[in-house]
Amino acid sequence: MLSQIEGSKAVADAVAQCRPEVICAYPISPQTHIVEGLSKLVKTGDLTPCEYINVESEFAAMSVAIGSSAAGARTYTATASQGLLYMVEAVYNASGLGLPIVMTVANRAIGSPINIWNDHSDTMSQRDSGWIQLYAETNQEAADLHIQAFKLAEELSLPVMVCMDGFILTHAYERIDQPTQEQVDAYLPPFTPRQTLDPDNPVSIGAMVGPEAFSEVRYLAHAKQMLALERIPELAVEFNEIFGRESGGLIHTYRADDAETMIVALGSVLGTIKDTVDEMRDEGHKIGVLGITSFRPFPQQQVREALVNAQRVLVLEKALAVGIGGIVSANVRTSLSGVQLRGYTAIAGLGGRAITRESLRSLFENAEADALEPLTFVDMDWELVQRELQRDQLIRRPGTAYEHQELNPGLVAAQLP
Amino acid sequence: MPYQPIKFYQTGSFVVGNRLLDVEARSTQSDPKRANTLTSGHRACQGCGEALGARYALDTVSRVTGGKMIASNATGCLEVFSTPFPETSWQIPWIHSLFGNAPAVATGIAAAMRVKGRDDVRVVGQGGDGGTVDIGFGCLSGMFERNDDVLYICYDNEAYMNTGVQRSGATPGGARTATTQPVGPHPGNEFGQGKNLPRIAMAHEIPYVGTATVADLRDLEYKVEKAMTFRGARYLHILVTCPLGWGSASRDSIRIARLAVETGIFPVFEAERGEVTGVTKIRRRVPVEEYLKLQRRYAHLFGKKPQPEILHNIQAAADRNITRYGLLDDTPDDLKPPGEAKDAATSGHDEAQPEDSETDAMALTSESFEGAR
Repeated sequence: MLSQIEGSKAVADAVAQCRPEVICAYPISPQTHIVEGLSKLVKTGDLTPCEYINVESEFAAMSVAIGSSAAGARTYTATASQGLLYMVEAVYNASGLGLPIVMTVANRAIGSPINIWNDHSDTMSQRDSGWIQLYAETNQEAADLHIQAFKLAEELSLPVMVCMDGFILTHAYERIDQPTQEQVDAYLPPFTPRQTLDPDNPVSIGAMVGPEAFSEVRYLAHAKQMLALERIPELAVEFNEIFGRESGGLIHTYRADDAETMIVALGSVLGTIKDTVDEMRDEGHKIGVLGITSFRPFPQQQVREALVNAQRVLVLEKALAVGIGGIVSANVRTSLSGVQLRGYTAIAGLGGRAITRESLRSLFENAEADALEPLTFVDMDWELVQRELQRDQLIRRPGTAYEHQELNPGLVAAQLP
Repeated sequence: MPYQPIKFYQTGSFVVGNRLLDVEARSTQSDPKRANTLTSGHRACQGCGEALGARYALDTVSRVTGGKMIASNATGCLEVFSTPFPETSWQIPWIHSLFGNAPAVATGIAAAMRVKGRDDVRVVGQGGDGGTVDIGFGCLSGMFERNDDVLYICYDNEAYMNTGVQRSGATPGGARTATTQPVGPHPGNEFGQGKNLPRIAMAHEIPYVGTATVADLRDLEYKVEKAMTFRGARYLHILVTCPLGWGSASRDSIRIARLAVETGIFPVFEAERGEVTGVTKIRRRVPVEEYLKLQRRYAHLFGKKPQPEILHNIQAAADRNITRYGLLDDTPDDLKPPGEAKDAATSGHDEAQPEDSETDAMALTSESFEGAR
């Protein structure tokens, strides 16, 4: 059924069709609309049996999820940004315990300075948490990935984070092909936990493990997550058979045949990148796109195959690893070990700054001309930065740099063309 | 605890011999078919009050639920000594997640049971005082506020014992810990405002709040039984002796817990919906020194530089408890439940005798134990 709906509504409806038994969440923008939608469905009785728990923090949200999942209930939560960081201890715990929780992260920047708009700083900080991370390009994919996520999580007994760009996707109204309950039921079987807290078969979960076995336990977590590299493409095929559309998978290439320049990115910015590449392809540029859907586990072999014939690779990142630069690009380069090609990292869209076709066009042309620095910042106001750096040399004052900036109001607002 | 005619007290302890009680009033622990939820072989210290309290509490939950129970455990001594991989001492479904989230994990388990229609399975959360009054406090308060169907039990040994005896929000004023050392002009822990979690729990007006100690284990069992008659959030705060952290003899664990009650330092009471419904009266009031002197964590109060001011503060807090909860029995003898006053009187106990005979009995036990080894 085609509907013109908000991304959050599409996700809430898709999650509800997965018949979660326990939903626990704490409000944080821009995830709120998703759980508001779900709480209503539980309250009206449209989603039943299901317990909706209004918790007192994100730490509690993930902890309640740990309890309910360990007790055998299909469990869902959603968060973003500071909320994800606040629950980090429990995030690692959930994956360590092998609990198939599904969590939406409505990607948002991390403070300080506080910022509610989109980038990937939050989920990138959790790339090593042991969770599978799937990044949605569109609202359709965001909805579809949740349905696949429950199946993947429960088959592997591992938690899955579905990452969707805050506001850009969560608050955007798009046409969505909403699945029927029959389709979802045909795709997603009821949850059969591998191990559960059951008085008839008592087990102790969460023992203390010392040096004699800890390395082995960590390796097993790695080996288990790597199984998803095989299962994710299969799940996408099975999804297509029932729902009649392509969604999910590990990676997607776009106009990549004979491409000399490959652009790599995650999430909603792929749409703008593809539009820009279309424009350039029509003018004869040999440029293509690699979108990564599964960032954890990282599909090294597939990424390598997609990039190995290019002359240069530009990774466009919505997060900055302070002190080094790119995060995705480091992973991409690991996949290209031994391959000689030029690699560039571009940091763009931090804290919600719009990534425009105009900016991308100029960035891509510079890449083609090999006129880029290894680390490039898209649409940076260098005048402001230089002024601040110079002043910092002259005046030593306590406090963080941003507090001193004479911010140009035009810089803060989204720079739309 | 309901009264019934009592025929005789065990020597020195004021605890009635189990075999002298009616069958239905007997301790869960006297039942050869008791659950042994926390079974033997764990690695708790000798004289550990927490191990004792946990076994009595959870065995009682197991008994009243017919074994249909699940426990969530905070990080801490109880978790560490019971589940060193690949071993476990738990004979019930049990989960340890983190230090600060045992109440929330319990909430999740309870939600799962509700959604699956398993009303017969009851959920217990448990942790030490650090996991309860400090790092787990947010999750606990949230669980109370939502009135989730969880019995949460705090085993309070008044400091972070698992990490090496550091101060917690439950550490009493004057006590030495590794981070409140007995040095300087104000040795030991500062006297703050305190963090009285039973009262905080009562302020949430949850169905049931109870306090207990490992000195009166039948009362502890009763409190657990009572708590399990309610649905919703319930809280039990159990004072558990810690020989390691308190610097006390392992053989004195029960005695010290009893003195905490008899001095007024630890009031034993129960409350429903925020109102106190019952208190355990002090049978033989003693000054706080009797409690403090058995513990090296208070040794600096009595050393070369005595600390009368700290001592005064501790006594004042005990006195305040006695007034606040009405812990001294002013009921005339003829209104007392049968057996209470008369039997005690006719059995010939005077006030000094039990203490001495207890000490002798303990010493004997200790020697026999050594001999057996």
